Amino acid sequence: MSTTFWILLTACLTGIACGPIGCFLVLRRLVMMGDAISHAVLPGIVVGYLLTGVRDPFIMLAGALGVGIITAWLTGIVHHVGQVDEGASMGVVFTLLFAIGVILVSAYTGQVDLDADCVLYGEIAYVTWDTFQIGSTDMGPRAVWMLGGIVAMNVIFIVMFYKQLKICAFDPELASSLGIPTGVFHYLLMTMTAMTVVAAFESVGAILVVAMLAVPAATAYLLTRHLWFMLILSAVIGCLSGLLGYGLAALFDSSISGAMAVAAGILFLLAILFSPHHGIAVLWARRLLHNR
Amino acid sequence: MWEQTLRFFSLQDANVRYVVFGSILLAGATGVLGCFAFLRKRSLLGDAIAHATLPGVCLAYLSTGSKEPYVLLLGAIATGWLGTLCVDWIRRFSPVKEDAAIGIVLSVFFGAGILLLTTIQSMGQASQAGLDKFLFGQTASLMKRDILILGGLAFFLCVVCFLAFKEFKLLCFDVEFARSIGLPVRLLETVLTTLVVAAIAIGLQMVGVVLMAALLITPAAAARQWTDNLTRMVWLSGLIGAFSGVAGSFISSLAPRMPTGPWMVVTLSILFGLSLILSPQRGYLTRLFRHTQTRTTIAAENILSTMYRYAEPNGRFLRPVSVRDILRYRSLTSVGALTVLRSLKRQGLVSETRGGWLLTELGIKSAENLLRRHRLWELYLTEQLNIPPHRVHRSADEVEHWITQDQEDQLVSLLDSPLRDPHEREIPQRKDE
Amino acid sequence: MNTAHNEPQTPNLAASPVEVADLTVAYSRRPVLRDINLMLPEGQLIAIIGPNGAGKSTLLKAIMGILPLSTGEVKIFGKPLEEQRGLVAYVPQRGSVDWDFPTHVLDVVLMGRYGTLGLFQRPGKTDREIAWSCLSKVGMEEFARRQINQLSGGQQQRVFLARALAQEAEIYLMDEPFAGVDAATERAVIALLRELKSQGKTVVCVHHDLQTIPTYFDHVVLINMHLIANGPTTTTYTSENLRRPMGEA
Repeated sequence: MSTTFWILLTACLTGIACGPIGCFLVLRRLVMMGDAISHAVLPGIVVGYLLTGVRDPFIMLAGALGVGIITAWLTGIVHHVGQVDEGASMGVVFTLLFAIGVILVSAYTGQVDLDADCVLYGEIAYVTWDTFQIGSTDMGPRAVWMLGGIVAMNVIFIVMFYKQLKICAFDPELASSLGIPTGVFHYLLMTMTAMTVVAAFESVGAILVVAMLAVPAATAYLLTRHLWFMLILSAVIGCLSGLLGYGLAALFDSSISGAMAVAAGILFLLAILFSPHHGIAVLWARRLLHNR
Repeated sequence: MWEQTLRFFSLQDANVRYVVFGSILLAGATGVLGCFAFLRKRSLLGDAIAHATLPGVCLAYLSTGSKEPYVLLLGAIATGWLGTLCVDWIRRFSPVKEDAAIGIVLSVFFGAGILLLTTIQSMGQASQAGLDKFLFGQTASLMKRDILILGGLAFFLCVVCFLAFKEFKLLCFDVEFARSIGLPVRLLETVLTTLVVAAIAIGLQMVGVVLMAALLITPAAAARQWTDNLTRMVWLSGLIGAFSGVAGSFISSLAPRMPTGPWMVVTLSILFGLSLILSPQRGYLTRLFRHTQTRTTIAAENILSTMYRYAEPNGRFLRPVSVRDILRYRSLTSVGALTVLRSLKRQGLVSETRGGWLLTELGIKSAENLLRRHRLWELYLTEQLNIPPHRVHRSADEVEHWITQDQEDQLVSLLDSPLRDPHEREIPQRKDE
Repeated sequence: MNTAHNEPQTPNLAASPVEVADLTVAYSRRPVLRDINLMLPEGQLIAIIGPNGAGKSTLLKAIMGILPLSTGEVKIFGKPLEEQRGLVAYVPQRGSVDWDFPTHVLDVVLMGRYGTLGLFQRPGKTDREIAWSCLSKVGMEEFARRQINQLSGGQQQRVFLARALAQEAEIYLMDEPFAGVDAATERAVIALLRELKSQGKTVVCVHHDLQTIPTYFDHVVLINMHLIANGPTTTTYTSENLRRPMGEA
């Protein structure tokens, strides 16, 4: 199959994996926590590489999860001991972890096949270079399998715990009064975020993951008031951003992941202007009609 | 390595001189402005602004073809401002909340920057290499001319901050009051935002877009640990920033491929960590010390009141109380109890005799004080709050350590100088000296 | 219907410290206050009361020009607020600021002098003396160098009052000065308000505790999105009027 097909598939899968998880981040006002985790995952991945010398997805996941937990823990310490507001605590912690990641990448450039560019914006154009083989059969790019796996896990996670996640997102206090362990669900959500980030890392890089997490979800949030529809819509919009981004990148001869973020931003702008409930243009037109 | 260190710090090399001088000015100015962003709780907005500067740098280069520092700087400030406005607009004109707005602006602008940067790269222009440094920063590549322009701007920012210090302080502390006395709040906010955006654009040259948030937030957060005075905090934050600038450039001068920015961030974080542990008012060690002190005080007071209770029923204050007797009522280790008893002895509250410990006159008096408060509180709970007598002991056991003289007097007058507690035990009366 | 219309039609404009005409304030197009017409008497202690969400604080902020008015105007001693700002002092709710801000008590009181200082001008010796004397009026002299994060709720309120006193205004607008303070502070605050009154100043408070109104205040303003009643406590603070705002809530 052609390279273009695999790239498009990867882009779509990234959108589908990130969108629904992003919805919960947007609803629970944890978008910046997603940002912090996506930055902090870098040293985890690098250390995983350095220790084992192979690109084993499970080791990467483990390293990333470990660092994800450290991020949450350190943020808490800075917030409580330093009496620093939560945003600033997050900023202090994730910049440090990301800096350590970059230093490790620079120090071991020879040994890690990662470079600063890849960290920033992934290498979705090269997904077909790293394929997954069973026996002697080529099963397609490894990234596709990994993202596919994460999509499946996310779907299972959301379908299984839909009720609980919904209540936690809507009203955490009500949730705990109903006996739902909100703390457990918070950490489960953070874990799923970290895993999604790791899977998407190779295709869109550490920072642009945030674009796929936040933007399609916020766009869907503007378009519908039903959670289940919002989840589906965010996946569709994520997909669409991937496809549009590929087109944009071809047009400008640029990085695909950067273009995907821009495409997602354009879709968000359209939603802000034309969303049926809140769209600025819609409200404006309505007022114009009303006045006449 | 020693030679390199010497050469760096002797400042003989003209290039090194520029780098050191430049990092002090640039990182110092960012540290100063960061204080205001930090105190307004807009730290993460700073992160979004930093990411939003990247497309500006690229556009400035694309449209002029020049890499002059002031051209790129203007581009960075322009889109940095646009990013701030976008966060504001999204918040105002849509139900999307601030955190999502920041995340969206941050990632979409950064994506646009990457798109432009890679487009420039694919255009195959040799001169694009200079733009790369905006991602992670590279102080060593700063030229004399860059330093003059950037340093001049940094100095200007600090001067404006100094002049409008009073107004900025009020703006950060109490906007409504500022408005009520007729300060031009909108104008001041615009000026302050412009200064912060400009400081970010300046700091970019050193740490790059991605880690810029650290240069803005971390010095301020570290300085906040050491002082409760805004003026001092601003100075300190500037100094911490400047120090990290020098340290970062020094470390990257040791190894050719080491990026300056990440090392600056690591230096800053180490300073911040030390502040968190060592600061005299808020530091972890101070808290630990205070915590232990409180626990010792409570243990000592508990032991005094236990000893008093042993003697109370028959007034035999001369019968020694053993450590084991005390442990029967108090959850302490025997070593812990002994340590506390010895410190009580040093304060002259107890004395040691054969077979145990005795309360001295002073000890009896302070035990009476505790018991009076304990029993007054029990009485207050039963009489005023209608809590059954068997449930008041535990609360009184905790509260007795915290009741002040004033509160005691209030309790006495509220309860009409009572003599007996709800368990019909005598309340020791205050003896007037 | 509205007691506001019972006001004399030809008031002495120059004498009314606060005059509000046709005031409407809206948050994102939803009106919070509607068509408020109000004229407050000079040299009295005035309470603004009403149920939660009635727009009491909003009214204060609108008078003070902190919130933009959708319609209407506010006059201070017959002139627009902009010309008279120096005559009005504002005490925000305690919870509206970050008490962990790095500054000390005297410095907060000095902020009351910023209005009379020019842009870029630092507070001078006279300003310091005024700040000190205002601190002593609220009994907080010994706390002058204390960090504001070490104050109790009542002490915070006193610091805010001292800051308003430092403005040396004619009219004092206070947003819930008695909320969450200890009994000693409440006594100190009311004593201070009475002293202000004896100097001929006008004091307007948003107030919650209905029981203390007859003893503390001379004049009440009842609002619930619009004006319910406005007049001397003895004639206006009646159960009939009180039932009205609740009934329409």
